[in-house]
Amino acid sequence: MTAALLTLADARLPAGGHTHSGGVEQAIAAGLVHDPSSLAGFLLRRLQTAGRVAAGLAAAACRGGDPAALDAEADARTPSPALRAASRQQGRGLVRVGRRAWPSPLWDALPAAPHHPVALGAAATAGGLTPRDAAGAAAYLSVSGPATAAQRLLAMDPLTVAAVTARLAPGIDAVADGALRDGLPADADPLLDLLAEVHAARRDRFFAS
Amino acid sequence: MPPDHDLDDYVDAAVPHRHGGPLRVGLGGPVGSGKTALAAALCRTLGAEYDLAVVTNDIYTTEDADFLRRNAVLPDDRIEAVQTGCCPHTAIRDDITANLDAVELLEDRHPGLELVFVESGGDNLTASFSYGLVDVQVFVVDVAGGDKVPRKGGPGVTASDLLVVNKTDLAPLVGADLDVMRRDSATVRGDRPTLLISLREDPTAAAVADWVREQVRVRVVA
Repeated sequence: MTAALLTLADARLPAGGHTHSGGVEQAIAAGLVHDPSSLAGFLLRRLQTAGRVAAGLAAAACRGGDPAALDAEADARTPSPALRAASRQQGRGLVRVGRRAWPSPLWDALPAAPHHPVALGAAATAGGLTPRDAAGAAAYLSVSGPATAAQRLLAMDPLTVAAVTARLAPGIDAVADGALRDGLPADADPLLDLLAEVHAARRDRFFAS
Repeated sequence: MPPDHDLDDYVDAAVPHRHGGPLRVGLGGPVGSGKTALAAALCRTLGAEYDLAVVTNDIYTTEDADFLRRNAVLPDDRIEAVQTGCCPHTAIRDDITANLDAVELLEDRHPGLELVFVESGGDNLTASFSYGLVDVQVFVVDVAGGDKVPRKGGPGVTASDLLVVNKTDLAPLVGADLDVMRRDSATVRGDRPTLLISLREDPTAAAVADWVREQVRVRVVA
């Protein structure tokens, strides 16, 4: 691991992640997330599905996979139009800051607004990181952003939320390790897709997704 | 620093936001001070002179964008609302991604764009825009918030390019002393301008519109 990974996975990297809740805002509205244990359950579920898929794509992109092909693979694994848009929006944000932070010809090879894991893989390569690093960042980001969103929306104790996130570490590592082994996973969670679609239609929301 | 360090290596030379695109004007300030009313007034007054658009950052809902649409100050395709993830301040200062996306979308949609107002969500006296997002910023406070506000300072009051003290018509009703506000503003702001206005008495926001025209002119000359 190098320090570049800390930068890439830092929630304060200005890539727009703070405006996305990863489905938590709608899960809270639906009563599915309301306390630390229901949040932990939501994050685990997200890690095992969206997190696994993102980790696989990020590792493949970092390994030098064709960005356009991987972008199409991401589309195929993201049935919800709202989630596709959210992923591309975050990918675009990451490209904007990544291009400045880690100059590389790789950025020009990406589609205009690539899926976030594809951008993450490119950022990892440009930053001198490994496919395992890219997968680790993808898996970690699949839960760290939603955890913070829940903290804000429910006014939860930040220490409790930090502890929940920290205790997910073995699971995050396992997902990242799996990304090197399992090719491109296609785990899906219809609940996340539905939450995202309901959320996108709302006018009264704090988060973009 | 040891001589083998070239500090330029650490600095990103690209400064994409000082580009030839539209002038970006931030409108910030506490809740209820009149940011949206000022944005609407400026759109009405300047809409015929400039190719312009607005980005709104509501804390919750698209209320401000809807207000602008309802009042028909601009066509719908010139108003973009962004969600700020419960952190309106973060969205204009620490991570400006969503706002940059909105500005770029408006630029793509209207290639001749000359002026973009970015209205922040209502925040507090510490709120300020990153100059990565805007070229100049206006901070709007109001008389009803108390005549002590300029003295309290904060980056919006002290460092904004223009301080607007709105609702001067309410001064006698709330016991606010406009001279105190004027004097305190001058003290904490040095050479930076302050305008005391009443959007109720002058719905065109003429003085602020003049200031904006000057910013566009200076920018074009530069």
